[in-house]
Amino acid sequence: MNHIAPGARAGIYHYDEIDRQFVAERVEQFRRQVERRLSGELTEEEFKPVRLMNGLYLQLHAYMLRIAVPYGVMSATQLRKLAAIGRKYDRGYGHFTTRQNLQYNWIKLEDTPAILHELAEVDMHALQTSGNCVRNVTTDPFVGAAKDEVVDGRVYAEILRQWTTMHPEFTYLPRKFKIAISGAESDRAAVRIHDVGLLARRNDKGEAGFSFYVGGGLGRSPFVGKLVREWVAQEDFVAYLEAILRVYNQYGRRDNIYKARIKILVHELGLEKFTQEVEEEFARLRGPKYRLDPEIVEGVRQHFAPPPFEELPDHSEALERAKAADPAFANWLEVNVAEHKAPGYAIATISLKPAGGIPGDATCDQMDLVADLAERHSFGELRVTHVQNLVLAHVKKDELYDLWKRLDEAGLGSANAGLIGDIIACPGLDYCALANARAIPLAQAISARFADPIRQRTIGELGIKISGCINACGHHHVGAIGILGVDKKGTEYYQITVGGDPTLTTAIGDILGPAVTETEAVDAIEAIVDVYLANRTGEGERFVDTLKRVGHAPFKERIYAAD
Amino acid sequence: MPLIENGRIGEDAWSFIPDGEPVPNDRPVIISFERWQAERDGFEGRNAKLGVRLKSGTLAGAIAADLDRFALVAVEFAKFRDGRGFSTARELRERYGYTGEIRAVGHVIPDQYLYLVRTGFTSVEAPEGTNPESWANALTEVTIAFQPSLDDTAPLSLLRRKLKVG
Repeated sequence: MNHIAPGARAGIYHYDEIDRQFVAERVEQFRRQVERRLSGELTEEEFKPVRLMNGLYLQLHAYMLRIAVPYGVMSATQLRKLAAIGRKYDRGYGHFTTRQNLQYNWIKLEDTPAILHELAEVDMHALQTSGNCVRNVTTDPFVGAAKDEVVDGRVYAEILRQWTTMHPEFTYLPRKFKIAISGAESDRAAVRIHDVGLLARRNDKGEAGFSFYVGGGLGRSPFVGKLVREWVAQEDFVAYLEAILRVYNQYGRRDNIYKARIKILVHELGLEKFTQEVEEEFARLRGPKYRLDPEIVEGVRQHFAPPPFEELPDHSEALERAKAADPAFANWLEVNVAEHKAPGYAIATISLKPAGGIPGDATCDQMDLVADLAERHSFGELRVTHVQNLVLAHVKKDELYDLWKRLDEAGLGSANAGLIGDIIACPGLDYCALANARAIPLAQAISARFADPIRQRTIGELGIKISGCINACGHHHVGAIGILGVDKKGTEYYQITVGGDPTLTTAIGDILGPAVTETEAVDAIEAIVDVYLANRTGEGERFVDTLKRVGHAPFKERIYAAD
Repeated sequence: MPLIENGRIGEDAWSFIPDGEPVPNDRPVIISFERWQAERDGFEGRNAKLGVRLKSGTLAGAIAADLDRFALVAVEFAKFRDGRGFSTARELRERYGYTGEIRAVGHVIPDQYLYLVRTGFTSVEAPEGTNPESWANALTEVTIAFQPSLDDTAPLSLLRRKLKVG
């Protein structure tokens, strides 16, 4: 195999020969499994989990292949390969997902072994991106750069990536299992809506440890993760997760797919009983066999050593000049750029949400461009965020204007990170066999309605999240405004919820009233925004805070008054 | 049904006796866990080996106190997708220190064989007409493992290493 080396400075986990051999063996294994399916040795039922565990999903119109981007971090070399595959085997684009992965929606089954082979050239694969196993562990997209970071989540996410890879006991769980880690003061990883959410922190001796939240999740029965243990020391990190998964694997429900996630187990057993079961397993598992050796942690940490930052003044004259000269850039700077821990550097979010566009989609040409820009401005690495954007984490302030101009020329310069145009949407009925309604066209219509960047900024922080069915892949429950597609006698309707919150103050939104049609939905969103703007106290009050203060009534009145 | 052991089809010295049928005293037999619960006193003084078969919903703890009575524990997979058996075997080994044979019975596919071995199973009852090559292959096609398991107790400090396959 031709191996293409990533840039040495990129803050990714760098494969060694053993990692490469493993991926090559899995590619060959899958090729044989496809043959055994074709010969009839494996039934379709038996083949299904095998194919899902290799990232291959059957959608409405075609196969979808979901590529793993561990904790959303990749090198420019890897992104360029993803672009090349999209051009060769798909329709010239790819779709970034809420699990920080990338998926191709138009794949032919017979091409998959060749695609997996090409991915392996850049140390990538599609393993465990689907199926009832532990999925890609996600973390803060600003990891290693954020000013408020306490613990580097990549280190522990990588340890979990390895520990969960082909785990012999936990590959046939009752249902999928999602873990997120946040190591900063602000939670940018939505940890409490995960099966296991981890807050990495430090004690007064400076040692790393974890708070474990278990049983969060959206879907048909949304739950906010519950605190099972306040402090798990680093050396017990793996043992504690092993205990949680063993309790879940034994006691999780298998009689009903909608009750099979760990959130239902925690709910039905009760937090106290669940915690007791986990603590019993943990007490027994604790010991040399499952102890996470500090040397391993340090070994993994070396992969994520800070890139060679230059010593720069924090203030950039060039940036100030550009800001004064170009108001569109100034707006993008205000909205899409975050503070970096190194002086003179900044974190830039590349919005994949142009007005009227499909959330999370990028053309292969755009991917190539972002790869070039990552090499030029960010040490050859980039991140995928769970809100379906990209991030260049280490950009010199002096170079931000150049970066933005290149992005803007390619339709990637939208200034809407965290604003009303930054919509999460699941693939919906345009692709997905489970969906009841389309999600993408509604996202496009809403973002077109609020296209004006100044208007967006005036409205401020307001996340809209759209799911095409109750499985909630678009996270509608935690959208400040959430939209759920439902089917009423063959017509698509949309149910609106308000007040959801994906951050540490996690909240599930409440239903505002009866479902509305697609056209009405766009008007309803605008009405909600108008009521908010009319009621908010000063510029500072966020939508969710106004809502808490004034309640649902004024919003309902405006939307449903005509009925 | 063919018995798979060490990656090959082997001789099966055991037979399962359905509930209600007489239990021979002169050869190794497997009885159901339910029968064991109902008739345990009847097996006092038995010299030939005894095995017990657990349904997928019967977890290791249920049989833990009696493990010294059994030379074999058969763990049933009602469906191959129901992975409780992996934890049952591991609990039998790690938590209750069981050293006898653990056999996977029911619906198991060759693609799970490596997982079975790594969680403590020693044999598998495969369906009639199974392809022996697929079972042999399952133990050798992936040679890397990322976590400690029953076939190799190296501590986690070695997070990643080669599997010993024989």
